[in-house]
Amino acid sequence: MPLVEIKDLAKVFYRDSQRIPVFDGVNLEMEQGEFLSLMGPSGSGKSTLLHLLAGLDKPTAGRIVVGGADVTGMKRRQLAAWRAHHIGFVFQFYNLLPVLNAYQNVELPLLLTELTGRERREHVMTALGVVGLSDRAEHYPRQLSGGQEQRVGIARAIVSDPTILLADEPTGDLDAKSADEILTLLQRLNEEFNKTILMVTHDAHAAERAHAVMHLDKGVLSR
Amino acid sequence: MKIPIIYNIRSLKERPVSTLTTAAGMSLVVAVFVAMMALASGFHAALVKSGSPDNVLVLRKGANAEMYSGITRSTANTIAGMPFVARGADNQPLTSPEVFVVIGLNRLTGGLANLVVRGVSPRAMQVRRGIEIIDGRELRPGASEILVGEKIIDRFANTGIGETLSFGGRDWTVVGHFSAGGSAFESEIWAENEQVMPVFRGEVFQSVTFRMADPSSFDGIKQTLEDDPRLFLDVFRESEFYQNQSVILTQILNFIAVFIAGVMAIGAVFGAINTMYAAVASRAPEIAVLLTLGFKPGHVRSSFLIEAVFIALLGGILGCILALPINGLVTSTTNWNSFSEVAFAFRVTPNLLVSGLVFAVAMGFIGGFFPALKASRQPVVVALREA
Ligand SMILES: Nc1ncnc2c1ncn2[C@@H]1O[C@H](COP(=O)(O)OP(=O)(O)OP(=O)(O)O)[C@@H](O)[C@H]1O
Ligand SMILES: [Mg+2]
Repeated sequence: MPLVEIKDLAKVFYRDSQRIPVFDGVNLEMEQGEFLSLMGPSGSGKSTLLHLLAGLDKPTAGRIVVGGADVTGMKRRQLAAWRAHHIGFVFQFYNLLPVLNAYQNVELPLLLTELTGRERREHVMTALGVVGLSDRAEHYPRQLSGGQEQRVGIARAIVSDPTILLADEPTGDLDAKSADEILTLLQRLNEEFNKTILMVTHDAHAAERAHAVMHLDKGVLSR
Repeated sequence: MKIPIIYNIRSLKERPVSTLTTAAGMSLVVAVFVAMMALASGFHAALVKSGSPDNVLVLRKGANAEMYSGITRSTANTIAGMPFVARGADNQPLTSPEVFVVIGLNRLTGGLANLVVRGVSPRAMQVRRGIEIIDGRELRPGASEILVGEKIIDRFANTGIGETLSFGGRDWTVVGHFSAGGSAFESEIWAENEQVMPVFRGEVFQSVTFRMADPSSFDGIKQTLEDDPRLFLDVFRESEFYQNQSVILTQILNFIAVFIAGVMAIGAVFGAINTMYAAVASRAPEIAVLLTLGFKPGHVRSSFLIEAVFIALLGGILGCILALPINGLVTSTTNWNSFSEVAFAFRVTPNLLVSGLVFAVAMGFIGGFFPALKASRQPVVVALREA
């Protein structure tokens, strides 16, 4: 059984009385340990697909099953708890909380667990170690470079060891060198730690780092 | 409280101006609230301290206040002879039949004020604990002398020792100043009862105060005296008598405090609402991230509520600090039971400070409620696009 199963997924936005169909009949299966990238023109619905997969929004039709759990059938409160366990989200603009330092940002998802302070500390330092920022724990986001901020963002996404990592243009705001480091890091997470990753990108070179590249265009998802 | 408080504290520090102005608004409300409650509390305390639970105050039946009372010499003697009256070292009853009159005196600041002149028995100082001559000496029997309460000295002319006050068609020499533990007695002029009686009222006392041999037998004493038809008396425990005098005015002052602070609080609460709405709007992306990480809407709601309460607490502490210096400041009001002036000190008690903080927290809670609700209901995906 695949880890992720998306069946006949449809999303329509309504703005005022206007109907904005994004896609209809999207199907996707992802195996545990798979690293997929998703490309497509702006507005094709890549972010929307990621949001639906993360349970941040409700689809108009269709079903999403992750690790046997029907995400589309859950209530908002259940979804929050489910997300805390199963989803690690990496944003294009890192979205670190500016008033918290790297350590505190990474610790956030663990505050939702039963872990003790000591255990949380171990997990946070491990995650920061994986992204190579053990020495920056006390730094605030504005004291870090874009690439470093994104690595903190990734540490935050993996610290609670989620089922799947969703990255929405994680290199979209970075220079070539930093972008390359981030991609290498994602690849390592996939190979070394067997993380399942779905990454949206506009960059064909970046997309090739994954096992396979998906294309979303005009509501159609193709491999 | 899953979202760490440090997040709120740092966020508040990021916008010091709006945090401080909002807190300052609340601090004014709290300061006014505490100050006015301190007024009520000071007045209440002054009157409560006046009475002792060991003493009994006796008035003519139905008189309610000393002013309207009259007790004959023979009734006073009958009371003094009762077995439940405590006796001093000389085996004489600890009782003080007293004459109570109100005179007009000019304040140093201008204007006429009513003051109580109390004609006391030579034993009054033994009957009442806590009366102390702080300057000069005690009254000499048979002399036209007065003792002046501490709170009067600075506010009325000719109250220095050796000076002379004229009232009741006679001159009275000030021979001493006394304190009475901050009670209403400090706003009175005391003379010997036998001196005051003839010039004002003729052969009648207004009240008798005596010490009980056994304070726990008050109920029985009250019944014995009130049931005697020849005596025709009302009997009060002295502490309750004075406390009752303070009840109505204290309640009115408390009401005014809550009312005025309440009206001011509306403004401060709107300030907080504004500040918090602005904070929620500018931090929409942060809220979206927290929700994406798996924090529940309830977590976000409490976080912003705590932030609002935190601002309010800051305001509350500032307000208490602002109000603190009025502690001990002396002011005066009219005691409606005697239509005379009572001076007393503002009393900022720890309880009042806690009430001030609770008041502040309530303002923060109300001010933060709807912004916090809005924060928790933020549609995540829309806010994520703003990031
Ligand atoms: N909350 C919303 N309300 C209305 N329309 C929306 C909303 N969110 C997205 N859309 C629309 O849905 C479509 C898909 O948007 P989405 O952000 O998923 O595209 P995308 O592929 O991620 O684009 P980009 O590459 O620019 O990030 C767009 O036409 C967008 O305008
Ligand atoms: Mg997008």
